[in-house]
Amino acid sequence: MHRDGRCLYFPGECTVNARRIFSTTQRILSQLRHDPRTVALMIVAPCLLMTILKYVYQAQPQTFQHAAAALLGIFPMLVMFLITSVATLRERSSGTLERLLILPITKLEFILGYALAFGIAAFVQSIVVSSVAIGPLGLKVAGSQFMMITVAVLDALLGLAIGLFISSFAKTEFQAVQFLPVVLFPQLLLSGLLAPVESMPGLFRFISHFLPLTYSVDAMKKVIMGQGSLTHDFELIALFLLLFLAAGAATLKRKSK
Amino acid sequence: MTNAVDIKSMNVVRDGKVLIPSLDFSVPSGKITGLLGPSGGGKTTIFRCIVGVQQITKGSVSVLGMEAGSIGLRSKIGYLTQSASIYSDLTCEENLRYFSRILGSLEISVDEMLQLVDLESNRKQLASTLSGGERARLALATALLGSPELLILDEPTVGLDPVLRIELWKLFHQLANQGKTLIVSSHVMDEAERCDELMLLREGKVLATGTPKELKAKTQCTEMEDVFISLVSAQ
Repeated sequence: MHRDGRCLYFPGECTVNARRIFSTTQRILSQLRHDPRTVALMIVAPCLLMTILKYVYQAQPQTFQHAAAALLGIFPMLVMFLITSVATLRERSSGTLERLLILPITKLEFILGYALAFGIAAFVQSIVVSSVAIGPLGLKVAGSQFMMITVAVLDALLGLAIGLFISSFAKTEFQAVQFLPVVLFPQLLLSGLLAPVESMPGLFRFISHFLPLTYSVDAMKKVIMGQGSLTHDFELIALFLLLFLAAGAATLKRKSK
Repeated sequence: MTNAVDIKSMNVVRDGKVLIPSLDFSVPSGKITGLLGPSGGGKTTIFRCIVGVQQITKGSVSVLGMEAGSIGLRSKIGYLTQSASIYSDLTCEENLRYFSRILGSLEISVDEMLQLVDLESNRKQLASTLSGGERARLALATALLGSPELLILDEPTVGLDPVLRIELWKLFHQLANQGKTLIVSSHVMDEAERCDELMLLREGKVLATGTPKELKAKTQCTEMEDVFISLVSAQ
């Protein structure tokens, strides 16, 4: 930090004004409100998939427990990754991002505005999905539902941060969507959704330590089984979150070459 | 008289392509300066340099006494881009309210702006469902929010009907009379008559500068269209 309170990394970018953050959040939520189909898909699709999962593993209730935990961690990240990369891509290509960055809003305020809006969306999503899983689908959770929701919201923010960063590599919405299999599918395979991390070959187990989704799935499993400390998972999720947010912020350029 | 914008030997190269070879140009305060010329002539690039979103390769751009892109300029410049930079999935009102809150200006200006650009009846309409002219007016309204000292308007009257076009030019003159500086680009030569100062641009180079009267006298033409043609052929 400079003496005048300015940030060295992004000069003038560290000031935070609550009005500008909240109005950005409100603006994004208004955009979502005008798009009820997206909201419905965000809420209904995970519930539907959870139901399918329940009946796929009808004969193996223990496997359902594991897979449901993994899915509860994956949904918020997947959905927020997609929504954020498309939303920021739209901001970039429609010129609204450039328009905003010449106004008195800082990059940090812009990102916090997004994080708050999508954090709220993830909160609603995880309340509904976890309630459906615990209620009608009979998922047995040894930990608290509150903890499940906390993990889900953290995962959503992680998805948002990765989406923000990745969207700067995409020029079109087609490309942005294609990043989903590239960025998230390897994580899905290695994070312990299909097979426990411990049973994977050494190299894959090693790689899985560097994938954020591994810790999301691990945290969700611990909550559902009600055993193990979440501190390590939370620390690493927070680390990845900060890392990707900083990288994402660096891609918001006021000046183009 | 002071200058709102001072551009000195500015050179802009993007992806190895020279957009502006070398430009010297001043914009007087409290006047309407018109940037005219065919599309691809460098008008938008110059605007982007003044606003501070385009990196310049050489030279300097000073805006309201500060270097272009300075933090201190962020609430002082209103910029209307050529393609309307508004949120299509928000209503007119929501668009204006958001931009005015970012600027920190009072809520009341949203109503005034809707009235000013004649969009009161479209208040609750999503921007994606507006007609081309309505979108342009909404974008103009967002640029006018917070009454900025310097207004940069890239083709503000494209696709507007003649009556509204005259109304808007009246508004531009009112703003100039209040001491605001306006830089307006157009490829419609009859709009040049309405500017105080003109700069004719072609292929990133200045063909001529001066008041409409001066340029007509210089080329001995009566129509701006002919002034331009005469200047191009004299090159």
